[in-house]
Amino acid sequence: MNLDASFAALADPTRRAILARLALGEATVNELAKPFDMTQPAISQHLRVLEEAGLIAQRVDGTRRPRRLAKAGIDAMDQWLSMLRKALEKNYDRLDGVLAAMQSETIDSDKERKTR
Amino acid sequence: MTMTMTKLTLKTEGDTHIIVTRHFNASPEAVYRAHTDPKVVQQWLLGPEGWTMPVCISDARPGGQVRYEWKHPKQGAFHVTGEYLELVPYSKIIHVERMFLPDPTPDNHVETRFERDGTGTLMTMRMTLPDAQTRAAMLKTGMERGMEMSYVRLENIL
Repeated sequence: MNLDASFAALADPTRRAILARLALGEATVNELAKPFDMTQPAISQHLRVLEEAGLIAQRVDGTRRPRRLAKAGIDAMDQWLSMLRKALEKNYDRLDGVLAAMQSETIDSDKERKTR
Repeated sequence: MTMTMTKLTLKTEGDTHIIVTRHFNASPEAVYRAHTDPKVVQQWLLGPEGWTMPVCISDARPGGQVRYEWKHPKQGAFHVTGEYLELVPYSKIIHVERMFLPDPTPDNHVETRFERDGTGTLMTMRMTLPDAQTRAAMLKTGMERGMEMSYVRLENIL
């Protein structure tokens, strides 16, 4: 898998949204074009970039060509999820520090009360 | 010394839920206060490095308003508004919130519970989005920030 191509493919918000949609299940170009309010050729162009990056795959179903996430695409989504997790972890690590400071304040004011 | 697990869990449930759990080495009273007192919220609810929260309004009573405004020297600003629906000191907070990017995102209904867990507190946050598409979009929004960080990291590796 070409890491540069994958990151370049992910750099576009519409393509990230397409991946998010495909995470819910396979979809045809028509189905993908609807929620994004884009023309079919525009969506097809994005799909081509995603396909070349190895993030999605298509299968043949009569005249339909539904797209789905490729294994690599799923891994990329997993990576995103772990990024969100990291942002939350950052918040809560910070909160750990705030809580520790709150606790020592309480202990300090208790001590003050006792020594008074 | 015994290390208490503070590890975060994050999972999706059904089509519309996101569940986050985290243990804190502090009482439910303290963790509840850290989620409702604006002076405390402002110190930690900041996301990735570099963001600050110049405006933090949290009127912790049913019907009370929530407004968080974040700012970054290079990456701009955005805000969240919301309302408290139900508060049970020090065990439960139910509120709704929406992000302005700048258009408002659909309401995220959030139930946050605090339970005594040994000498600390187990927090369980259950988010309910209106539909699967919204949830996917929300996860993506959080992820986009993460992507920026991963680009930076990638630059450092290359």
